[in-house]
Amino acid sequence: MSTVDLARMQFAGTSIYHFLFVPLTIGLAFITALLQTRWHRTDAPEYLRLTKFFGTLLVINVAVGVVTGLVQEFQFGMNWSGYSRFVGDVFGAPLAMEGLAAFFLESTFLALWVFGWNRLSRRVHLATIWAVAAGGVLSAAFIMAANSWMQNPVGYTINSAGRAQLTSIGAVLTNPVFLRSFVHVLLASLITAAVVMLGISAWHLRRGSHAAAFDRSARIALAIIVPATMLNLLVGSELGVTEGKFQPMKIAAAEAQWQSCQPCSFSLFQIGGGADDHDPTKILQVPHLLSLLATNHWDGPVAGMDELQAQYEQQYGPGDYVPNVFVQYWSMRVMAYLGSLVLMIGLWGLWRRKKLADSRLFLRVAVWMIPVPFVINTAGWVLTENGRQPWIVQGLQKTQDAVSASVGTTAVVVSLIVFFVLYGVLALVDWGLMARFARRELAEAPPAEDRAEEPDLAPSY
Amino acid sequence: MTLVAFWFLVLTVLWVGFLVLDGFDFGVGMLHGVVGRDERGRSAVISTIGPLWDANEVWLIVATAGTFAAFPGWYATMFSGFYPVVLLVLAALILRGVAFEFRSHSESDRGRRLWGAALTGGSLLVPFGLGIVLGGLLGGVPIDSDQEFVGDLGDLLAPYALATGVTLVLLCLVQGATFLTLRTGGAALHARARRAARVLAPVVALVVLGFCTWTRVESGNGFLLSFIELAAVLAAIAAAVLVHGGREGAAFAATSVTITAVVLSLFTELYPRVMVSSLGAANDLTAQNTAAASYSLTVMTVVLAVLLPVVLLYQAWTYVVFRGRVRGPRVDDGGPGPDIPAPRREQVAAGGAPSGDEPAEPTSPATTARAVDRRRSPGPLPVRRLATGALTLLWAWLLSQDVPAGRPPRSR
Ligand code: HDD
Ligand code: HEM
Ligand code: HEM
Repeated sequence: MSTVDLARMQFAGTSIYHFLFVPLTIGLAFITALLQTRWHRTDAPEYLRLTKFFGTLLVINVAVGVVTGLVQEFQFGMNWSGYSRFVGDVFGAPLAMEGLAAFFLESTFLALWVFGWNRLSRRVHLATIWAVAAGGVLSAAFIMAANSWMQNPVGYTINSAGRAQLTSIGAVLTNPVFLRSFVHVLLASLITAAVVMLGISAWHLRRGSHAAAFDRSARIALAIIVPATMLNLLVGSELGVTEGKFQPMKIAAAEAQWQSCQPCSFSLFQIGGGADDHDPTKILQVPHLLSLLATNHWDGPVAGMDELQAQYEQQYGPGDYVPNVFVQYWSMRVMAYLGSLVLMIGLWGLWRRKKLADSRLFLRVAVWMIPVPFVINTAGWVLTENGRQPWIVQGLQKTQDAVSASVGTTAVVVSLIVFFVLYGVLALVDWGLMARFARRELAEAPPAEDRAEEPDLAPSY
Repeated sequence: MTLVAFWFLVLTVLWVGFLVLDGFDFGVGMLHGVVGRDERGRSAVISTIGPLWDANEVWLIVATAGTFAAFPGWYATMFSGFYPVVLLVLAALILRGVAFEFRSHSESDRGRRLWGAALTGGSLLVPFGLGIVLGGLLGGVPIDSDQEFVGDLGDLLAPYALATGVTLVLLCLVQGATFLTLRTGGAALHARARRAARVLAPVVALVVLGFCTWTRVESGNGFLLSFIELAAVLAAIAAAVLVHGGREGAAFAATSVTITAVVLSLFTELYPRVMVSSLGAANDLTAQNTAAASYSLTVMTVVLAVLLPVVLLYQAWTYVVFRGRVRGPRVDDGGPGPDIPAPRREQVAAGGAPSGDEPAEPTSPATTARAVDRRRSPGPLPVRRLATGALTLLWAWLLSQDVPAGRPPRSR
């Protein structure tokens, strides 16, 4: 395997891993803030219990989110120094702003929230958790602006040294890809946290523990899941149209569409369709749907990969401009199908909302839904990042030119092993802890109470 | 001052902030086993930094991202060149970062010991590794005319770089020790913290003297210390004297000044270079030949000017909220956690933390009724609904803006 492939594997692995924790952090911070606000307004003790319950999960999750994010921050320089030199002028700014605007806010106020229960007034304490939630949103904003620039570079020129140079920060922050993918990711985060909340509540409802409290949290989760999923399906298809304009190859590959077509149908499944099979067997075609998804028009034309390949060769010189079609086709379907599944489950739960505790089958399904949003998110990112290949910055720099020239294969292999082992240990411990706390009874041992009895045994979070 | 020079200064300040603030976290992490001794003590010691370390670490993140933004060429060469050392630092940061959370939730002694060891080891390796990197910037590593690192591990582990690593570890140790003398209240804990500080401070003073001289020689300026290096040595000596005199606040200030001066001296000796090439001065990376263009530096300057003061304000507020000493078993005033279901509000003893502007509410049927009333009252709600509505509309509008199609083809 070449250094480029290894470096790609490392970046993909560490980002996917980071993004297992990220959406849960963003979503849970918002949900915890929501619960605490309910408590603040109503003084109902269940809300306080729920706040602490989900807040504890948030804190455990943040610990791993933070350390995996740290790795990301250094990786651009370690493995992708060609890329860093080429885009640093444009790409570094949002990254630095993220640190200044978001990470300071998140880390400072999370600590104030965790340790401030009896040091701050109720109101100020409530404000701290909202600050954490705001930090998460800000962080997503800046990093998505940076990522969207790689999908659709705007507001730059290529300077005399052949490097990208920022000319308009406004253009970077109003990139049409950014506006949509930012909303898409925020909604995905909310959905992730809400599905986890629903699953945990369902687990407790099945056991009949604290039915009153967990019935509430399950209903809150459902009230988030249904509208957020519906909206995200809309935003997602809008995102697809946008990408169709700027990265037509990505969308063509996602449909395994080698020939140009008009109108185009959408296949539910297919067999074949790889690089050497330009006429895959499509099963269950929905007429006009692809045209609609990719162009917003019933009869819109979609350029096929063969045509785009020819066009790119003319524009950029000889080369292979087609991403891995199999990965592209299936990541799109996994995301869209499982996303729709989440919506169905949400609607089912909403329909049974008055008697959730008696809907045994629903509760069982809801518990099993917990891993689903994580799969969806990963598929979404694979769709985004794999579809950009062979470019690291669409149209400007190829991935193979971005890798660090001075870093040998051995170094990347060693670091890959180090991260693999470390992340494996983190996963085991973290998910073990999450499971333990998620199963905890609410009243018998809410996390904050054992802190109160033994303030020195668990004071550092 | 030019923008480029200004950003070099900003990065220096960020490194100073990181090493002074996270410096005591590393020190406490390394010392927690020694000063804490038994389980209760160790937990108490760790709890002095529990609420602070994460935000302190962000200084490093911002320094890194700031380097990326302001000096992309420096960022690229530094992290690809020091690859193995950076990997070590990352592994150590990961272990230290999760150790806080995982240790406190461990149910077995073995688990707690294990994560305690991760905390100690991580806290030691981070300043050591970063010292190797910072020392290497000044000491020089092989860099060719394309600004690419062309050496191997041996070039990174040069004597001066290793000495920088050891010096930073010692500085963090003494910083942690003086911090602990300020923050521990229980007699036994406090005594052990003081002993640690007393043993460490004179050693550190000697090492700082040696290191500053070496820095001076390494940068080719003879033996005579610069003003900043002199300040570092004097502050280190002052710290040793103050520790022995039991002046804890002043001693902590002195160790902080020492770290500040040592970092400043490294960066001033370095400037206008940012990485010295051992293959000849023509290959040196300089602030100028690695910097971003003036437009993005200007943008970043505006952002920094707006955000940094705000950050400093709320970080300072955190230190006010979490001041006070940790005594063996009880944290600070030892107030119990919030009672469920009748939450209490406790103000921090004197001044500083803002207090709620409503009177404390004992939970009684009346209060609950009032709370319900407040919920029903139409007061602020329409405003909020309007604002939410307006925001939603704004997003909808932005999303519906048609994508400008067909831009001219981009080419290099
Ligand atoms: C959409 C959201 C999102 C995405 C795509 C990324 N992150 Fe992230 N990151 C977050 C959202 C986030 C967060 C929610 O803000 C985290 C997770 C846990 C936390 O405390 O903050 C975080 C933590 C986090 C931290 C630690 C911050 C701290 O100490 O408080 C760093 C340094 C990064 N990230 C850097 C990155 C980089 C370089 C990325 C690009 C490859 C990246 N993140 C992708
Ligand atoms: C928003 C911040 C992100 C940035 C700036 C970013 C940037 C990058 C870079 C530099 C690479 C390596 C070069 C390449 O292969 O093109 C990459 C690849 C990749 N990233 Fe991202 N990424 C981001 C977020 C994510 C997230 C959150 C995930 C996953 C959950 C992800 C998944 C991937 C995958 C799967 C690849 C490998 C694609 C391939 O090589 O086929 N990315 N990205
Ligand atoms: C619950 C539902 C969904 C979730 C949780 C989800 C999640 C994600 C995530 C995390 C990403 C990567 C980040 C990004 O680029 O924004 C993504 C990308 C994407 N999603 Fe979704 N998604 C969902 C539904 C959909 C649907 C139904 C569609 C289309 C019909 C869609 C279209 C897209 C497209 C086109 C991308 C690639 C964007 C790009 O290339 O920049 N999504 N999704």
